[in-house]
Amino acid sequence: MSAIEELVIRDLSKTFISSQGALSVLRDIDMQIPQGEFVTVIGPSGCGKSTLLKIIAGLDAQHEGDVTLDGEPVRASGVDKGFIFQEHRLFPWLTVEENIAANLSLKHREVRDKVDKMIHLVHMDGFAKTYPRQLSGGMAQRVAIARAFIRDPKVLLMDEPFGALDAFTRAHMQEVLLDVWLQNQTTVILVTHDIDEAVVLAQRVVVMSAKPGTIRTIVPIDLPYPRKRSSTAFLELRREVLNQLEAHMMEAHAVISAPLNDEGGQ
Amino acid sequence: MHPIHVETAKDIQNVNRRTSVTPMAIAHVGRKRLPFVGSYLPIVVLVIWQAVCSLQLVIPAILPSPLEIAVAFWQLTRSGVLISDLKISLIRVVFGFLLGAGLGLVTGAFAGLYKRFEDVVDPSVQMLRTVPHLAITPLFILWLGLGEWSKDVLIATGAFFPMYMNTFMGIRSVDAKLFEVARVLQFNRVQQFTKLMLPAALPNVLLGLRLAIGVSWLGLVVAEMLGSSSGVGYLILNAQQFSQTDVVFVGLIIFALIGKLSDSFVRLLERRLLRWRDNYIG
Repeated sequence: MSAIEELVIRDLSKTFISSQGALSVLRDIDMQIPQGEFVTVIGPSGCGKSTLLKIIAGLDAQHEGDVTLDGEPVRASGVDKGFIFQEHRLFPWLTVEENIAANLSLKHREVRDKVDKMIHLVHMDGFAKTYPRQLSGGMAQRVAIARAFIRDPKVLLMDEPFGALDAFTRAHMQEVLLDVWLQNQTTVILVTHDIDEAVVLAQRVVVMSAKPGTIRTIVPIDLPYPRKRSSTAFLELRREVLNQLEAHMMEAHAVISAPLNDEGGQ
Repeated sequence: MHPIHVETAKDIQNVNRRTSVTPMAIAHVGRKRLPFVGSYLPIVVLVIWQAVCSLQLVIPAILPSPLEIAVAFWQLTRSGVLISDLKISLIRVVFGFLLGAGLGLVTGAFAGLYKRFEDVVDPSVQMLRTVPHLAITPLFILWLGLGEWSKDVLIATGAFFPMYMNTFMGIRSVDAKLFEVARVLQFNRVQQFTKLMLPAALPNVLLGLRLAIGVSWLGLVVAEMLGSSSGVGYLILNAQQFSQTDVVFVGLIIFALIGKLSDSFVRLLERRLLRWRDNYIG
């Protein structure tokens, strides 16, 4: 692994200016993520975690500080920075295989093979010619994952991708994602509000606090994959993440005696 | 939540492949569909109509019987009058429609795609749209005479507005979230149009097409009744002057048949092009 093959975030701050004045969404975010690492970001709503993802993706250029990918500053969105949204956002008029290919031509042998391989990898065999309306939420999100991975992104950004799914489907999706990640060695940054999900997937869990959004702590998860959710080591790390989140909630309550449920980060 | 799970998805897909229906439509499989159910009502009306005429409850000059109309239809067809009038009407309506709907499509697309174009053009279009286009007929006749051009332009004027409105709306209804996806996937301008805008706008464009076809027929009839010596509209007007009520009906039937035919054609297009849609079907 060469030294520059990584994602570096330096002194990143973001302020929303509204009629009510300036609202600091992110302040002094510093992170270094080596190529191929799986990082999850967890924090209360309004901590700016979605905003952070959009900035890394190049979808939001209004910020201070630098984001560099392999030494190159991130200026615009592109396929090297794959993005998976909370909703699948498939094109309803394209079939599964057309959605995965999107602007690549299925007539090219190379694309064709890659699409077929990807369909198999996300367990969608037999659904190549199906339209999104005929898919369940979990299936559609698997197609979205395939659409991102087929473009060999350097980094894959996921914004609460399984938030709308039921618990069983979600566990299955996490397995599929780990599978695909282990085979592709792409850097993944996944934002979630589910502590189990954060711990079961990541090599490092970034715990954020809100108002302004800062990194509170980073919890390394040194457990081999696949992980057992009932193992003592897992529960130990889960408790540590939870403790950090709870401590933040207490502090926040002490400072402002208002409920912590604003949607400022959206 | 969707009822489909990984285990059962295969089955559902097979059902879909065989019948090409949506999950919503599966509920309809149990309900029996009668063949030609749409033709029942006209048949009942025809039977009652014939009975009323056969019993001589009305005089033929007011309401000819269906059989008399059929005979008139046959005679007009054999003499070639109907065919030549129909041909001339069809040429007019097709030409006028293509001119108006084509311009409406292009203008609407530009207004939808470019905000500045919309700012310049849309207010004027909206203002002109409120003028009943049939009221402009005298002006067209004064300017362009009684020849083909005044008729074509009248039909085109009618077809323009529904096409413009619906194309514009179609393009503006594209989901902004999908634009974000197009940005991430690095669609170029052409791909953005062909893979995103066009398919998303298509339901509206096809609706505009249907409406434009309907208005085109309307414009044709008015044009042919106000100043013409040929066409189905003229046939009807002429028959009225000679109290040939049966011929009037023949003309009306021609309009009804062709109207239905062209509408069915667009609906066929809709079924083909909008297969991906998941809508309530009643």
